[in-house]
Amino acid sequence: MKEEIIIAGFGGQGVLSMGKILAYAALMNNLEVTWMPAYGPEQRGGTANVTVILSDKPISSPVLDSYDIAIVLNQQSLDKFEKHVKPGGVLIYDAYGIHHAPTRTDIKVCKVDAMDATLEMGNSKIYNMIVLGALLGVRPIVDLDAVIKGLKKTLPERHHTLIPLNEAAIKKGMQLTNY
Amino acid sequence: MSEEIKLLKGNEAIAHAAIRYGADGYFGYPITPQSEILETLEELMPWETTGMVVLQAESELAAINMVYGGAACGKAVLTSSSSPGISLKQEAISYIAAGELPALIVNVMRGGPGLGTIQPSQADYFQATKGGGHGDYKLITLAPWSVQEMADFVGLGFDLAFKYRTPAIILADGIVGQMMEKVQLPPQRKRRTEEELSKECPWAITGKQSSRKRNIMTTLELDPAVMETINIRLQKKYELIDQNEVMFEEYHTSDADYLIVAFGSIARIALKAIEDLRKQGIKIGLLRPITLWPFPKNRILELSNQVKGILCVEINAGQMIEDVRLSCHDRIQVYHFGRLGGIVPNPQEIIDSFYNNFPQH
Repeated sequence: MKEEIIIAGFGGQGVLSMGKILAYAALMNNLEVTWMPAYGPEQRGGTANVTVILSDKPISSPVLDSYDIAIVLNQQSLDKFEKHVKPGGVLIYDAYGIHHAPTRTDIKVCKVDAMDATLEMGNSKIYNMIVLGALLGVRPIVDLDAVIKGLKKTLPERHHTLIPLNEAAIKKGMQLTNY
Repeated sequence: MSEEIKLLKGNEAIAHAAIRYGADGYFGYPITPQSEILETLEELMPWETTGMVVLQAESELAAINMVYGGAACGKAVLTSSSSPGISLKQEAISYIAAGELPALIVNVMRGGPGLGTIQPSQADYFQATKGGGHGDYKLITLAPWSVQEMADFVGLGFDLAFKYRTPAIILADGIVGQMMEKVQLPPQRKRRTEEELSKECPWAITGKQSSRKRNIMTTLELDPAVMETINIRLQKKYELIDQNEVMFEEYHTSDADYLIVAFGSIARIALKAIEDLRKQGIKIGLLRPITLWPFPKNRILELSNQVKGILCVEINAGQMIEDVRLSCHDRIQVYHFGRLGGIVPNPQEIIDSFYNNFPQH
C-alpha cells in the first residue's frame, strides 16, 4: 500500500495542519509517512501545499511529480495540480471559488462542498477537518479512530475540548461524498 | 526500554537529540529554514532538566565564538544555522579546528549565493568539505537524508568530534530540516560531570590544578617551524579520519551498469528515479556518501571499473562531482545534474537527465 497525496490551497485554510493530522493518523496505523511542506514565503496570503506520503514500505523521495490523490482548495492549486494526478487517481476539490472546473476524464473527480458545510456548521476553523472527512469518504486510507488519535497528538492539551467538534466535522465531510 | 516512535521535523529531531546526547550547550541565532532547532530547544527547556544551556546569541559570530569557548572548556557544545549564517561562522570554525577542539555545527542549507532564498539547496558542499575558513583544516562532514539521521548524526557527530578533537558538521538542507517523518530518538544520557570531563578531556581549560601543568589554548604561533609541526600533526589526524571514518550506503549497485552518486535529501529523490528507471529496464544503482569528508573515494573507484557512466545529482551547480571525478581518475564519463537557487528537482527531471546524458544506454 502506498498513497502519494498533495493537499493545496490558500495559506490559512489549514492545509498543513490537515496534512499533519493525516500523517499522525498514518503513524497510529503503523505506516511509514513523510510530510513535506512547501515552506517558502508564498505561504503568506498566497498558496500553501504539503506532500504527504503513506506507505507500508520505506519511502524514498518525499518530493513528487505525480500523485495518487490531489486535494485542491483554490483555483491556483487546481490549475497547478490537476495535470499531475496519476491516471486512475483521485482529484478532490471544493467548488467554492472555483471558476474553471476540472476537465480530466481519466481520473476520479470528486466535488466536495466543504465551504458550504463549514458555513452550515458555523465555525470556519473546522474547514480543513471537513475536507479531511471528504478524503476519508472517498478513500478510507486511515481509519477514523487513528485520525482522532492523531488529533490528540497534534492539538495542545488545552484544546482537547475541541476534539468532539473536529470529529463531527470529519463525519460531516465523510457524508458529503456519499454520491 | 525502547523509545517511542515520534513524528518530527528534522530540525526538531536535532534539538531533541542534542538534549538526549547530554550536550552542555547550544548557541544559535535564528534563520530559516532551521529556526525550529532553537525554537524546539527553548520549548523543551533542557536547562530545567539536564542543565543544558540554550542561548540565543546576538549574532552568528557571537554564537560560534561561544561554541569555541565552551569547546575549549571540554564541554559538548553545538550551534546551528543556514548557509549565510554558516558563512559568518567560518572564522571561528577555522580557530576551533586549529585549537583541536570538539564541536558540532549544523548547516540546514538554503539557496545562495548571498542572502539567497530560504528554499533547499546543497550549494555549501565546497564550503563544508574544502575548508570554508582559512588554513589547512578539515571538517568531518555528515550528510543526513532522513529525519532519523538528523537525530542519529547529533550523537555520531559529537562522538567523532571528541574522538579526534576536531569539529564536525551536519550538512543538511531545507528538505530534511522541514519535513516530518517517523523517528526513534536516542535514550537520554546524563551530562558529563566535572570529574568525568577532567578525566576524559585532560586538555580542557578547567582551571589550573596543582596536580598538572597549565593547559593553554591558543591558535597563535609566531614561529613558522613550530606552526609547521602543528600542521603536520593536524594532517596526520585527518589522514587517520580519512582511513577510518568513511561512511556510505549503496542501493541496487550489485548488477549496475550506471551509477548515480547523490547525498542528503536529493539521494532520496534520486532513489525514486532509480526505482522508475529499473522498471524501464535500466540497470542503475545509487551510491550515497554519508560522510562527504572523508569521501568514499575508494568505493567509487571500484564501482568505476564496473559501470559505464556516473551521474552526480546535487542541488547545486556541480560541487561533489569534482570529488567523484577525482575518485574515478576520470576514466569514465561523469555528468552532473542539478537545480539552483532553491529549486528542488523531482524524480522525472533526474530520469530525463539520465536519458539525455546517456543516450546510448
